[in-house]
Amino acid sequence: MKRGGLVLFSIMGLLLAWGVLEFPGLGDPSSPASSHLSPYYIQHSLTDTAVPNMVTAVLADYRGYDTMFETIVIFTAAIVCIFLLRTFKPPASRYRMYRHMATGITLRIEKGGKTPDDSEHFERIDSVWVPHDLVIRTTCRMVIPFIQVFALYVIAHGHHSPGGGFQGGVILGASVVLFAVCFDLRRTIRYLGEKMCALLCALGVLIYAGTGILCMGLQSNFLDYSALAGLFGTDPVMARSHGILIVEIGVGMAVMAVMVMLYYNLASAGRHDEGL
Amino acid sequence: MSETLALIIGKYNYWLYIILMMIGLYAMIVKNNLIKKLVGMNIFQTAIILFYVSIGYKTHATIPIIKDSGHGDGHGGGHAVIHAADYINPLPHVLMLTAIVVSVATFGVAMALAVRVYQRYQTLEEDEIRMRLTEE
Repeated sequence: MKRGGLVLFSIMGLLLAWGVLEFPGLGDPSSPASSHLSPYYIQHSLTDTAVPNMVTAVLADYRGYDTMFETIVIFTAAIVCIFLLRTFKPPASRYRMYRHMATGITLRIEKGGKTPDDSEHFERIDSVWVPHDLVIRTTCRMVIPFIQVFALYVIAHGHHSPGGGFQGGVILGASVVLFAVCFDLRRTIRYLGEKMCALLCALGVLIYAGTGILCMGLQSNFLDYSALAGLFGTDPVMARSHGILIVEIGVGMAVMAVMVMLYYNLASAGRHDEGL
Repeated sequence: MSETLALIIGKYNYWLYIILMMIGLYAMIVKNNLIKKLVGMNIFQTAIILFYVSIGYKTHATIPIIKDSGHGDGHGGGHAVIHAADYINPLPHVLMLTAIVVSVATFGVAMALAVRVYQRYQTLEEDEIRMRLTEE
């Protein structure tokens, strides 16, 4: 099997390499990929949409349909993950671990025992024993706000610098995942619950599709943001720029919520009690 | 000899993508462990991303963000003519931007499936799963 695979993939690699001989060289400005559609984008995106970052302009305006369905794809991924993994039944006969916060003593309470859940002096810890990790927690407390501010900057400044909804959303989701890794899953879910995530997920997609439908309502094509000029009180070109920003915010929300949801479900195998 | 060398150096991005793609495909098909298959799938996707992004590259061109956009930054006024050769091709970047996020989403779903398989069969080795399936 292994040797057969090696031979097979060597042959396939050679076939692909044979095809490469016909390809244009690296960095050829007149290659087929750069000579049909992309000159239009490069030359007209600023006058069409008032967005200097062509990638953002193409992503959210020229190829708006594509991006909308990409957003729906990741939304579907989150839903599939919930359907596959989420279990609402608490696990049978599992003990719980608690730590007395003043002394650091850990208690193991078997099923049926009295748990000090509402006591201020105890905190529940994961059943795989975790020590006090003061350095990690303090570092996270300091770093996470800056990560989140940077994520919002990446979303909001995607018109003028590399960035946009997908990238900013992933960074925002990563900050939540970092929090969940450094503290624990239960505390993260207390701050950003499952329902909230599902709501943000759906709201992001709704913002995107809703913008398109709003454009239709204003007697224009689906996702033709220039129809929003009356609402923003600007000229049609600037309205496209603002429309792109709204859409990017929707994408950012959806991506963030999907990343967090995937982490919640994968880290706890759908039980949402003890994470990594 | 020097022609072959020029071919190898001038198109090194394609050789890299072929190598990565074959590594990914090999892992996806030959490896026995489901997680290793997923890692192979990710390497495969990375190869395609590398391929697309390297197609968009142009020599002596900059990132696809228009430098002197005319307002705000003090340069003002002069709407210079934009030459397509000065900026790299934005289209592959757009396509790969969405492809990266979709690859993360598919990877998440694949991991969820792997977790379910492990819960059911207590293993992630393909031959052991097949053995359990025939036993049932």
